[in-house]
Amino acid sequence: MKKSYFGEFGGQFVPELLMPPLLEIEEAMEKIIPTKAFQAELAALLADYVGRPSPLYLCPNLSKRLGVNLWLKREDLNHTGAHKINNTMGQGLLTKYMGKSVLLAETGAGQHGVATATAAAMLGLQCTVYMGAEDVRRQSHNVRRMHLLGAQVVPVQSGTKTLKDAINAALRVWIADQETTHYCFGTAAGPHPFPTLVRLFQSVISREAKAQFQEKIGKLPDYVVACVGGGSNAIGMFHEFVPHPGVKLIGVEAAGTGQPGCYHSAPLSLGRPGVLHGAVSMLLQTEDGQIMPSHSIAPGLDYPGVGPEHAHLQKTGRARYDTVNDTGALRAFSALCREEGIIPALESCHAVAWVLEHAHELPPGCHVAVCLSGRGDKDLGIIEEYLEKGGTL
Amino acid sequence: MSQSVLTTRIREAAARGKKALIPFLPGGFPDKERFFTELDMLDAGGADIIEIGVPFSDPVADGPTVEQASLDCLINGTCLSWILYELAKRKGRYRAALVLMGYYNPFLQYGLDKLGEDMSDAGVSGCIVPDLPLEESGPLRQALVAHGVDVICLVGLNTPIERMKAYAKTARGFVYFVSVLGTTGVRESLPEKIKSRLADVRKVFDLPVALGFGIKTPQQLAQFGDLIDAAVFGSALIDHIRAGGDSASFMARWA
Ligand SMILES: Cc1ncc(COP(=O)(O)O)c(C=O)c1O
Repeated sequence: MKKSYFGEFGGQFVPELLMPPLLEIEEAMEKIIPTKAFQAELAALLADYVGRPSPLYLCPNLSKRLGVNLWLKREDLNHTGAHKINNTMGQGLLTKYMGKSVLLAETGAGQHGVATATAAAMLGLQCTVYMGAEDVRRQSHNVRRMHLLGAQVVPVQSGTKTLKDAINAALRVWIADQETTHYCFGTAAGPHPFPTLVRLFQSVISREAKAQFQEKIGKLPDYVVACVGGGSNAIGMFHEFVPHPGVKLIGVEAAGTGQPGCYHSAPLSLGRPGVLHGAVSMLLQTEDGQIMPSHSIAPGLDYPGVGPEHAHLQKTGRARYDTVNDTGALRAFSALCREEGIIPALESCHAVAWVLEHAHELPPGCHVAVCLSGRGDKDLGIIEEYLEKGGTL
Repeated sequence: MSQSVLTTRIREAAARGKKALIPFLPGGFPDKERFFTELDMLDAGGADIIEIGVPFSDPVADGPTVEQASLDCLINGTCLSWILYELAKRKGRYRAALVLMGYYNPFLQYGLDKLGEDMSDAGVSGCIVPDLPLEESGPLRQALVAHGVDVICLVGLNTPIERMKAYAKTARGFVYFVSVLGTTGVRESLPEKIKSRLADVRKVFDLPVALGFGIKTPQQLAQFGDLIDAAVFGSALIDHIRAGGDSASFMARWA
């Protein structure tokens, strides 16, 4: 098997002009990341700046109502409010060690953009973030945060004006600016080595969770659940559990409205293999290979592709992928707000909703670990719009 | 293996003391009917090879001009099957050799197993796939080589000699040298470094060399002298047609 592949998924489907910078990152991964100096500096940043380890929290009220032990891995409590910072501090530090001065990023929900802008400000790097014009509108709170952090935010007007178009724009700019610029890819997708690089920095989530479970209950959880957009919080939450077959891994994709014929964001559940953004993976596409628009109430899940390692985990049967629709996610949002006093990101709500919807099928008293990938402050505009249109929580 | 038609066309132009002309026109542009009128004009106007674009929703190597043309063609219903079907009906009509230029996914979804035969039935001699570097090009090359269809390799300003040598082992037709570190779209001036890199290309490859991306006028080519054998121009032609011109008046400038 080629090292750029996970089984039959992955690869490097990029213009030749991007091969040199990708090979440069691969080399930096081998030569810089394992060094004591890099590891020590990253560990200190994660502890003192990001605020790791993040707590593993047993939800007392929902656990009681559902009859299973619902544990939340609290990535929402990280600095900047989501798991994205684990990746951007790692890639930002790597950028410095590589001697580059600019961090380039795409963003959907704006969480990765904010996390990249934060890392850049802290590490003394410049930062440019490409964001679909539609996302600029619906996640304006995060656009303002990026501006405050000194980043330049460029709205992308082409195509569907969402995450996939922001990635196209960032890839184009990276071709021209590769000498000075590192492309800080925000999820465990894209061309090799990004899926591996992002997993490397996100697997801190499962490394901590595994140790925390040993300490709190003396064993591993029965289920590990995470939402899947591009797949970075999910692969980070799964990685250390993959070699333990007793731990069931559940990835949750966004079904959108769930109405027949409507766009959704569930390529693993409803797509076919194809090539987008540098990798062969599961993909939402037409018969003749055009990429379809996606939809989710959670902007961070609104993407027609998915990281290749998830396609592989699905194909081999190691992980199972289900869907939750917008309404289910909102129900979970309400439950966490009202019953646990936690305002979660709409992305993470998809993972929580899976537990709400499946609790009755799970063995009573089993331990379910959910990656609460982010906090929900950024989503207040979407929630208010939903309530104004007559929705209820 | 016999010499590629693409190599032959470029060498024939050289024998006439000319750089081979390779216009790029997106399939189905500016609309499905007029596309074939434009194709006839390109052919009659002295094109040696014509690149026909296969539209894709997410063209990462293209600038705004080609991207917009590609999206417009998708809206008017252009797809790979339509292009191949229509070309097959006209097989033998063109003096110029034909090449398809498009991103990998539409080719992959069409089915690599039938692609070679259908391209050859359509009179297509090669394809250029901008998101398929050496590492991933094996399956497509194997699918097409048996049908005499070339997969054209692209190299650029930042391609190390070692990678060029690796490409040279399987390269056929011609070598496409990308003139800028960037996307397609006309540029007023081209990078100084091109010449030294073209000299590297000459040393490594035993094939004709085409320069593409950013080319606007014939005057831009003079500086490259014998370092290139052919020039590709796409955005300039699209802009010309969008401004009300046609391929005949465009080609007249280059003849
Ligand atoms: C809070 C949160 N969770 C999840 C995601 C989805 O990304 P991924 O699948 O890479 O974890 C995002 C993306 O923006 C996010 O902001």
